Amino acid sequence: MTIDLKTIKHISKLSRISVDDKKADKLVGDLNSIFDFIEKLNELNTDKVEPLTSVAETTLKLRTDEVKSKNIRGQILKNSPDENEDFFVVPKVVE
Amino acid sequence: MSDITSLTLTDLVKNIKDKKISSEEATKAFIERGEKSRDLNTYITEDFSNALKKAKNFDQKPNFELKLPGVPMAVKDLFCTNGVKTTAGSKILNNFIPPYESTVTQNIWNEGSILLGKLNCDEFAMGSSNETSFFGNVQSPISKDLVPGGSSGGSASALAANLTPITIGTDTGGSIRQPASFTGTVGLKPTYGSCSRYGIVAFASSLDQAGPMSKNVKDCALLQEIISTYDEKDSTSINFKRNEYSKELTINIKGKKIGIPKEYRVDGMPKEIEDLWAKGIEFAKDCGAEIVEISLPHTNYALPAYYIVAPAEASSNLARYDGVKYGFRSKGENLIDMYEKTRSEGFGAEVQRRIMIGTYVLSSGYYDAYYLKAQKVRKLIKNDFDEAYRKVDAILTPSTPSAAFKIGEKNNDPVSMYLNDIFTVPVNLAGLPAISIPAGIDAMGYPLGLQIIGKAFDEQNILDIAYAMEEKIQFKNKITDWWIK
Repeated sequence: MTIDLKTIKHISKLSRISVDDKKADKLVGDLNSIFDFIEKLNELNTDKVEPLTSVAETTLKLRTDEVKSKNIRGQILKNSPDENEDFFVVPKVVE
Repeated sequence: MSDITSLTLTDLVKNIKDKKISSEEATKAFIERGEKSRDLNTYITEDFSNALKKAKNFDQKPNFELKLPGVPMAVKDLFCTNGVKTTAGSKILNNFIPPYESTVTQNIWNEGSILLGKLNCDEFAMGSSNETSFFGNVQSPISKDLVPGGSSGGSASALAANLTPITIGTDTGGSIRQPASFTGTVGLKPTYGSCSRYGIVAFASSLDQAGPMSKNVKDCALLQEIISTYDEKDSTSINFKRNEYSKELTINIKGKKIGIPKEYRVDGMPKEIEDLWAKGIEFAKDCGAEIVEISLPHTNYALPAYYIVAPAEASSNLARYDGVKYGFRSKGENLIDMYEKTRSEGFGAEVQRRIMIGTYVLSSGYYDAYYLKAQKVRKLIKNDFDEAYRKVDAILTPSTPSAAFKIGEKNNDPVSMYLNDIFTVPVNLAGLPAISIPAGIDAMGYPLGLQIIGKAFDEQNILDIAYAMEEKIQFKNKITDWWIK
């Protein structure tokens, strides 16, 4: 299997990382060498193997949905790259 | 007092409890050495003046019942610290000040310890040499231009250089054990679910674990008993009976069965590593352990499986960095453009590479071929260990396939960098505990480590074996202070 430039552009879109042509070329090389390495897994027949989704052999606990941190709006907004009083601000999304 | 900074944690605690050293004296000593050691680039953020204030406060109202009374400590910059910048080694979190504390660090401060500052690491813990950090390379105190390993490279370097008496790192595929091995220090990756992941910047959630890095096994046991707590804020935290590891520590390992997996004799392994391993086996025998040949047949598939599972989880975890609520933001013409530029400029090359691998293996049409396949292989790897542990109590292997390398040496080929973790990755995939202890040096004089892998929740057993072997090995780290002018 080979990953071409078109695939890189597609993944770049999915992962929301802009990639210029120079970077895309480098990624084609890197990802192909990594996937060549990963393809080793195809040597194994795993048809009858159950996938392992968690090493912790416990069922995840349910908890009640309650607010534990209160009145921290100011603290949270402090880290915001752009704020306007009580809101996060992003570039305009409606015309 | 000869030199405070060269004391082990256990000795420093004893001196403070005996009132021979005050917290202020200890804190000052580590700060002064830290200031003289900036060329190592271990700190991303120094919190020295606050540390000194806290130390003075401690001395005014000392509580010697605590396990770390007034002991200063620097930690990996992957742990969120309330009010102190936490970057994960990334430009994208360059200005992030958490409004909360990670459970692991909170446990440490609750025992009286004082934060010195935040230590350099590979960006989002993705790397084996600390070269992917936005804040630059870390120098190993072992030798100039040598990598300290990674991703907890700043932690390993600061510890070996006596800038902190003990420290914590995180280990997703070897990020505690490999740098410990490279710097002649001890590093423990605990059982998955032992230490809370709450407040640790997430990389691959099914693999990440925090753990201690120390100058000796006893110190390691002491910190492990402090940081290992059940925490309902981490849904994968496990409620099991935790030992007071340092109190129960014993060198009596007579009759313990230690497995030697033949698959870890990989092609092209340097003779020095072979010899180190053989020496380790002799030491284990001298301690009264019984050596048993075992097989972990799927070992060679661990690394390829890891490079599907870890990037897949990372691509999902790192989706949160979009420039909206915190961290770095780039200007964009519209919302999507802002996201794409923020992530392109905010993440470094290795992180972008892994997000893209992860996005690809999870994308429509490829999930079964890659992610599901990797999870099945992960099951086979865990089965190998389960099978082995019917016959043995622990497993002994080298920690790494080579000693530390030079900065820049492995930058061009990602796969050759990944191969560094060949002996450590299977342990994360199976969720087991493992410790690396220094055991020898190579021809260049660079440290080499041995790894002891245990059954799940059996930290005490591998600490005991490490403690017994440490006494036989008598490793002494040679640090010349070459970076101090």
